[in-house]
Amino acid sequence: MPWDEGLVNSLVYDAPDPAEGRVISYVKAINEALTISLGSDPSVFVMGQGVDDPSAMFGTTRGLQAQFGSDRVFDTPLSEEGMMGVCTGAAMNGMRPVFMHNRPDFVLLAFNQLVTHAAKFHFMDNGQTNVPMVVWAAIGRGWGSGAQHSQAIQGLLLGVPGLKIVMPSTPYDAKGLLLSAILDNNPVCVFEHRWLMKKDGIVPEGFYRVPLGKGIYRKRGNDVTIAGASHAIELGMRAAVDLEAEGISAEVIDLRTIKPMDEHILLESLEKTGRIVAVDTAWMKGGVCAEIGCLAAEKGFPFLRAPVARVGLPDIPTPAGYTLEQFFYPDAARIASAARSLVR
Amino acid sequence: MSIRYRYTGDGANGFERFGTAHRPEFLQDLFLSMLRIRRIEEEIERRYHQDQMKTPIHLVIGQEATSVGACAALRTTDLLYSSHRTHGNYLAKGGDLKAMLAEMHCRVTGCVGSRGGSMHLIDKKVGMAGTSAIVGGAVPIAVGAALAAQLKGEDRVTMVFLGDATTEEGVTSESLNFASLKKAPVVFFCENNFYSVQSPLSTRQPPRDLHRWAATYQMPSVAVDGVNVLAVHDAAAAAVERARAGDGPTFIEAPVYRLRAHGGAGDDTHTGYRHIAEREHWEAFDPIALYQHFLRNKQWLDDRTIGEMETRIATEIAEAFEFALNSPNPTQDDLTRHVYAE
Repeated sequence: MPWDEGLVNSLVYDAPDPAEGRVISYVKAINEALTISLGSDPSVFVMGQGVDDPSAMFGTTRGLQAQFGSDRVFDTPLSEEGMMGVCTGAAMNGMRPVFMHNRPDFVLLAFNQLVTHAAKFHFMDNGQTNVPMVVWAAIGRGWGSGAQHSQAIQGLLLGVPGLKIVMPSTPYDAKGLLLSAILDNNPVCVFEHRWLMKKDGIVPEGFYRVPLGKGIYRKRGNDVTIAGASHAIELGMRAAVDLEAEGISAEVIDLRTIKPMDEHILLESLEKTGRIVAVDTAWMKGGVCAEIGCLAAEKGFPFLRAPVARVGLPDIPTPAGYTLEQFFYPDAARIASAARSLVR
Repeated sequence: MSIRYRYTGDGANGFERFGTAHRPEFLQDLFLSMLRIRRIEEEIERRYHQDQMKTPIHLVIGQEATSVGACAALRTTDLLYSSHRTHGNYLAKGGDLKAMLAEMHCRVTGCVGSRGGSMHLIDKKVGMAGTSAIVGGAVPIAVGAALAAQLKGEDRVTMVFLGDATTEEGVTSESLNFASLKKAPVVFFCENNFYSVQSPLSTRQPPRDLHRWAATYQMPSVAVDGVNVLAVHDAAAAAVERARAGDGPTFIEAPVYRLRAHGGAGDDTHTGYRHIAEREHWEAFDPIALYQHFLRNKQWLDDRTIGEMETRIATEIAEAFEFALNSPNPTQDDLTRHVYAE
């Protein structure tokens, strides 16, 4: 059992209404996306440290090796850069690898292949080669994960041309975005969040896609926009509910894909509300928060009625201890407070 | 000691045991291919100071036998991955010369549309599949290409060229390990030219034979005379056959000498990182001169044939430069193409 199972088990989410559709877990939704992809396309294979072990990558890869064989679902040596290169080479030659990591921290070992090779080949060889591969990792938070096991690295990758970055926030999106990512002809990073994995949701059976590069309104409002992705949206929605009780109408935008970023939906909302709180699971500097803030200043300046607010991680490494963590990570209250300060 | 790294092969005597197994036409083709690469490199070098080729260059003068011998063991449909030193690999694999020179002149007709330059000479039609300007970058990619062929049940073999310094990169160890584990149909071809830019092997590794190091990954690993095109071909052919039969990877180490600087035109020995006597020692084992000596002795090559080859090559080179220089430049619209695949 992963060491953080106790923590994740303690998280409480609203239960979806089964009358609205089939309810399954977040983990099961990812498992279905992988099962459908492996079943429908022989070029898809799934690899990663422990994808075939009893923990099965938080359960997302459970049963896949038994169903599809060890040629197509396999454990790897602890060789992050080498295996990222293997994925790149396989993707350049007709395969669609899905390379799964427990934590994004380990993807940092493979930046040379991801950033300097996978993301560059299609451009460098004048479009002769596509590199359709998925790099999947789950951001860990809490339970002592600390500075080296909890990093949300999306900010480091936002400035890399040729990459796409997906950050789902619901089981429906986790499945639909992963199916889209596997079918996309580019390297796509899918950064999940460990805390979302005990969430249940309404998820259709079979194949469907959530388009990459398109955000969605999770809640409509008039006074302030809260925008981000992944677990930050979970917090943003809770903040919006609290704000509603105070008479502040918050609009919540889930970007779903942070690269390419849906600028249209952000500017459309900003034009209406004139205020924006950028939220993210990662550091504020040079990341999703910074990019949203820059967009607001650059293209949304005429709409702004208040400064841009950012709610993400401070410029401090993640502490391991429980008490320090409480000071470090933003929560719904902090997002609500930021929104409140813009409106009042 | 003035000569740090000596040639240890058999010189012109080393061809005898391989030569008789081949048809004279094949033996002549190898010579033509090496001569062609040499003359192309010399012309690039001669023109480089004109600054019309605004690209780094990494000449293969002195290293023709490795590219030609190894590629002669590959089918067109087999894949070759390479490093920053691409000219010889690209040409030996059958890459188009006009497209190569156009690429070096930053023209839209370049083999990769002026997006790669000389370090990314790629021609997928002939299996020149990809290169990396980062040392070791292409090694795991080649293993991935081999894995793809294996998973798809294709009998395609992938070869990757690497240098001595590449064996110091962690990713190379990772790649050898995984290729051996999966019995991937890949051939690791290591040109050991003893220097990484200007750093000698002795400042980078303890004394060891690179092929013995590679053998610890449980794959056949051999050393072969890198200036002997027939020895190179023989070792490459055995490795390719083994890979195609599904028996897994092979590592080949070929000691060879770079007679020019790491990058740019001309030699840089005078800067002092290696001794002039060392370069002169290796010049006496020029891969083309040695092989020509052997072929002449066997009467498989004469002055008339060599003269015809030189004329044909000179015409081809002149035409290719003309094509490159008369090709259009890219337009601003070209910049935004191929950031993402559709």
